[in-house]
Amino acid sequence: MVATRRSAKANASNAASKDDLLHFYREMLLIRRFEEKAGQLYGMGLIGGFCHLYIGQEAVVVGLESTTKDGDQRVTTYRDHGHMLACGMDPKGVMAELTGRSGGYSKGKGGSMHMFSKEKEFYGGHGIVGANVPIGAGLAFANQYRGNDNVAFTYFGDGAANQGQVYETFNMASLWKLPVIFVIENNQYAMGTSLKRASSTPALYTRGAAFGIPGEAVDGMDVMAVRAAGLKATEHCRTGKGPYILEMNTYRYRGHSMSDPAKYRTREEVQKMREERDPIDHVRDLLVQDKLATEDDLKAIDKEIKAIINEAAQYAQDSPEPDAAELWTDVYA
Amino acid sequence: MATQILMPALSPTMEEGTLAKWLVKEGDSVTSGQIIAEIETDKATMEFEAVDEGTVGKILIDEGTEGVKVNTPIAVLLEEGEDASAAAAAPAAPAAEKPAAEAKAAPAPTAPAEAAAPKAAPEVPEGTKFRSQTVREALRDAMAEEMRRDGDVFLMGEEVAEYQGAYKISQGLLEEFGARRVIDTPITEHGFAGLAVGAAFAGLKPIVEFMTFNFALQAIDHIINSAAKTLYMSGGQMGSPMVFRGPNGAAARVAAQHSHDFAATYAQVPGLKVVQPYTAADAKGLLKSAIRDRNPVIVLENEILYGRSFDVPELDDFTVPIGKARIAREGSDLTIVSFGIGMTYALQAADELAKEGISAEVIDLRSLRPMDTETVIASVRKTNRCVTVEEGFPVCSIGSYLSSVLMEKAFDYLDAPVLNCTGKDVPMPYAANLEKLALVTTAEVIAACKAVTYR
Repeated sequence: MVATRRSAKANASNAASKDDLLHFYREMLLIRRFEEKAGQLYGMGLIGGFCHLYIGQEAVVVGLESTTKDGDQRVTTYRDHGHMLACGMDPKGVMAELTGRSGGYSKGKGGSMHMFSKEKEFYGGHGIVGANVPIGAGLAFANQYRGNDNVAFTYFGDGAANQGQVYETFNMASLWKLPVIFVIENNQYAMGTSLKRASSTPALYTRGAAFGIPGEAVDGMDVMAVRAAGLKATEHCRTGKGPYILEMNTYRYRGHSMSDPAKYRTREEVQKMREERDPIDHVRDLLVQDKLATEDDLKAIDKEIKAIINEAAQYAQDSPEPDAAELWTDVYA
Repeated sequence: MATQILMPALSPTMEEGTLAKWLVKEGDSVTSGQIIAEIETDKATMEFEAVDEGTVGKILIDEGTEGVKVNTPIAVLLEEGEDASAAAAAPAAPAAEKPAAEAKAAPAPTAPAEAAAPKAAPEVPEGTKFRSQTVREALRDAMAEEMRRDGDVFLMGEEVAEYQGAYKISQGLLEEFGARRVIDTPITEHGFAGLAVGAAFAGLKPIVEFMTFNFALQAIDHIINSAAKTLYMSGGQMGSPMVFRGPNGAAARVAAQHSHDFAATYAQVPGLKVVQPYTAADAKGLLKSAIRDRNPVIVLENEILYGRSFDVPELDDFTVPIGKARIAREGSDLTIVSFGIGMTYALQAADELAKEGISAEVIDLRSLRPMDTETVIASVRKTNRCVTVEEGFPVCSIGSYLSSVLMEKAFDYLDAPVLNCTGKDVPMPYAANLEKLALVTTAEVIAACKAVTYR
């Protein structure tokens, strides 16, 4: 199986080994290629509804996943494909859910925005902006209730950061010292509204200050910086010090969803990001510069990923639609 | 001139209480605002202040007296220069903020007898002993029993722990189960409901108490979008084994934003189960079933019913299945279908109709989703007439749904159109007379029953 999750126990130090970098490269590339393929399938009419791509933001989830350990949970919004791949969910099952087929993680009944894996402790995939934030704190509450040292990674965007329930959650998480990391994926645009047009204060990492929650701004395009911040935050949570906020400054290359013409920003702005700050190129450069990998090594990885994605896309088209009887199942346990 | 001090009401729904303690004695002079007595109800103890200055001329009700009705004279206050002989002629002074009219508007404190009804619900074995309990005590016992049984069950909400519940439902739970499992939340329904859903996703079994379901509107996104839909959206991988409970519908004189009845609203949502008990036994049995259920269950309680007493079976583990109606009273001329506090009107109407020779069968739905329409259909096939009773709004109500079910499943058996008795199609007014008009009344139920029986 692809995309096996690295254990933080295996390498809990900040320093990146060759294996770490190769792993990050591979994981980020898997997400990138998966999302490109999803975009293609959408264009072919094989994926319907809303489809929010994670392209450009890969370093955030890959860096943070490298700091997790068994039993840690994650929950995110509707831009969720990257999170699922990074926590080890099967690309075939994810892609087949996008095409609405029985082989999908939700048997075709959830779609792009609503996917879950109990096995991988992935609690969605939520379509309502901000709603996953108290849910994440609830996962952390369960950890505390059970007396383990697991952490709930709760991802949301710069748009959700203005939601009222986020602050209700900050209050309770801090009051009860819940082991939750609030990861604000600040990709600069809440749909078509830029951060400065929607937020009274742009420094989202300070939004927990009123509740006594420490926060940190992180270069979300640099997977090593993400990992370093993640290690610090998980240590804070695992040792009973309560919640932590990480503002990941990142950028999505594609529109908000597939149906977004992206008129709110210039083509040049996107191009500049791609050329100068791409998270995958960054790791690729490190590997090559430091002679940790050859061009041939990287090509081999590219080839392997391409095969995985093609297999997933094929599976997502071959898997049958859910049986009509599935309409009536899973309403009640 | 001497004035009477009347028994005060501590809450909009209080009908009687205990005069626990006098803090003054005859002959003492009191000032306005001075605490003169302690009054207790099953819900709370409150200090009672003098509303005027004067001398306590006579104490009319001894301390320790139970069951003192609101507005009963409890003492006489003399003005300067008056002596005790003036006490006898004292006119009544309104006590506290309670207008006298309201006491009359309040529903009868005791449940009407379920004459001609099987005493026990089908789930109670023959020979079972019963004891009288309030709905409030029954709900508390249900939670305590389930929390003893399953360590994953916990209670969270506003004032549930140290305050012992805003309506004293969680009395004693903090002491028995500790702060880990009985959790006071900030006043943030949206946030704590979502947090509880997350805990349920992780396998815990939260009981979320809303101080009233009116406030749960702030949390309705989590109740519906997060709790009710996740099992389906995850292809059956995970759901929300949890309970949302609290008082629903009108209390007394709390007006539009505190009186909304959400029975029909929640009953519409697939993925939710919805129950609304009337008796203490059903409150206990249904809440226990709800806590054990692997789905999100809405338990709609009623503030006015909290203090009413009913017979509750003395069984170690008494549960009532969700989705089963109860025939509260057998009859042959028509079927009255109701649930929750609506049963008060239904049973009162059945009593009155019996005096006129009309035999009404009364069905307590108990569960609204899934709804036991089979029991209703079977009854209507027998009686050929049906009246529904609820306090909620008329449009898309439980009654209108039942009407459509009966038209489809019992059309050839109906000898009259099904009539729906509901609350009026207006936000709840505050004024006592308007509030009375806005709610469904026993007289309206009787009139509807006579209409369908052509009497």
